[in-house]
Amino acid sequence: MSSEANHSNNSNNNFVIISNEFNKNNPEITTTLAPPNSRHDHPLVSTFSSSSRLASPPLTKTVGSPGSPSTPLRRKEPEPPAFEKGIASEISANFGQMVQIIFIKPLRIKLAVEPPNIVKVATFLRDNLGYDHAESVAGTDYPKDDQIEVIYHLGSYSREDLAGQVLSIATRTNRDDARLPTLINVYKSVEYHERETFEMLGVYFEGHPRNERFLLPEDWADIPPLRKEFRIKGR
Amino acid sequence: MADLEDRINESQKMGMQIIKESEDDRLMTLSVGPQHPGSGHFRFVVKLDGDYIVHCDPDPGYVHRGEEKMTEYRNFIQNIPHLERPVIHDSTNITYSYSLAVEELTGIEVPRRGQFIRAIASELNRQVYTLYWLAIYGIFLGHSTMFMWPTGDRELFIDLLEALTGARVTHAFNIPGGVRNDVPNGFKDRCLRQISYYEKRLKEYEDIFYNNPLVRQRTEGVGILTKEDAIRLGVTGSVLRASGVPYDIRKAEPYDVYNEIDFKVQYMKTADSFARAYVPFLDMRESCHILRQLLDKMPEAGEVRAKLQANPRGPPGEAYRRVESGRGALGYYIISDGTPKPYRVKISVGSFRNMLALPHLLVGAKMGDMPVIYWALNYWPVEADR
Repeated sequence: MSSEANHSNNSNNNFVIISNEFNKNNPEITTTLAPPNSRHDHPLVSTFSSSSRLASPPLTKTVGSPGSPSTPLRRKEPEPPAFEKGIASEISANFGQMVQIIFIKPLRIKLAVEPPNIVKVATFLRDNLGYDHAESVAGTDYPKDDQIEVIYHLGSYSREDLAGQVLSIATRTNRDDARLPTLINVYKSVEYHERETFEMLGVYFEGHPRNERFLLPEDWADIPPLRKEFRIKGR
Repeated sequence: MADLEDRINESQKMGMQIIKESEDDRLMTLSVGPQHPGSGHFRFVVKLDGDYIVHCDPDPGYVHRGEEKMTEYRNFIQNIPHLERPVIHDSTNITYSYSLAVEELTGIEVPRRGQFIRAIASELNRQVYTLYWLAIYGIFLGHSTMFMWPTGDRELFIDLLEALTGARVTHAFNIPGGVRNDVPNGFKDRCLRQISYYEKRLKEYEDIFYNNPLVRQRTEGVGILTKEDAIRLGVTGSVLRASGVPYDIRKAEPYDVYNEIDFKVQYMKTADSFARAYVPFLDMRESCHILRQLLDKMPEAGEVRAKLQANPRGPPGEAYRRVESGRGALGYYIISDGTPKPYRVKISVGSFRNMLALPHLLVGAKMGDMPVIYWALNYWPVEADR
């Protein structure tokens, strides 16, 4: 087990670019993209369209030093960038209406899927697109919709052109009986994140080996603290 | 063996009961932490078979403070001071990605000079954190010189940050829209002097610590995390780069002015504890080059922050932004519902992600190698617990 031997083993494992095909705009694939208006009808996309409290324009005024180049704001980009669009169209070409594309922004894509399909979609993302690890799993409570959204942020180490990309895949479950299939068999890296989501939001991940307490005290006997009805004392 | 069987038969004839040793008798369960000096505020339970670790179960949460819940009760600006508490030694970087995410949500644009000052503070803080980590790593290898030297040199960077921000450790310096203060007079010269001195010191660090045969003997080949495993476990930062993946958020997704800076991603392919200890050192050296360029390219005059309303808010939406901290990618996922308070903040920290590598590396290792493996993971328990 000398380090030299190990060095020579790893030295020729450089980055392997799996496929660059979908970078080109394929007219057949782009036609299968869901029309932009249809996402408001989908039950998964009711997040801010039905329950938004304020829809005011930003109140802040921005001051930049005149004449100096500054990084352009991401949000003002009107047209979704080609590379991200290519990834999204490859996904929708494979899954059609099973996957809803919520937004395509520079370096960010968000998908929404129904719980039964998430393992299938995640396996496709890992095997065919090269998203090889999960960076974070975030659960969000939406009492108004009576739902909990769990979102996986996926990234890629093995594909250089995906290095800055984060693909997020969201799914929703009922608050009363919050159950979702685990992604641990697809992404080992979600193990602790899902365990944290279980204890913080009470989402039971079916198939996860340890839906157990993780960060909270051993004698915690209250509702999951990141649910909205849990209030901090004095606030 | 025949001898033993004879004796067993004899004992049974005499009516004695033979009790076989079970696995539980042989294994010793040992709780490392949370009060163990070598663990930080972190506990993990190991099972030992003789000298070898056969099972490891991390049990974090001793410093869980509910940072994510607290953010939902405060507005975007009020959140900054408490969000840097998880890792006070790297407090500029942990508020950096928060500021980036809030800027994306609210549409605030940072002035160019502010972007440079931010990056300078971020690089200085990276040095402070990494020196602190190196001091701890040194003392747990029994190298007390490596505890004293970085602790002393860290003070010089703390003094620089104090001159810049007004506070020694918890700066609350990054805010959405820029930084709080402009740089003081003579800061650039002072900074450059410090870097020149520090680069000489880094050579001495390398000689006394990294080229020390005893340190090499203890760390080389210990706790190998192959490239495939590193990717599968989703580790980040120096742990990932030590396994031969040249991934750095500053390169992968350059934020603010990092796309104008010329630097190389430091990585190694040996994938052992030595590589995980050496990559942060290489990062420190590269960070000196980055600091020189930042100081050189910083505009002489200009605004350092955008003028904000008291409670900045944006339209409903979400943002996920990352920076490269001392412990790897540090991401904030913020959902805004249009009010001045965030609806949900998720902090994805490097320590929490690297914790998954701990059982993977410890199982099969010797108990004596535990501190070598554990501290090389660049693990910060308070940050992992949030």
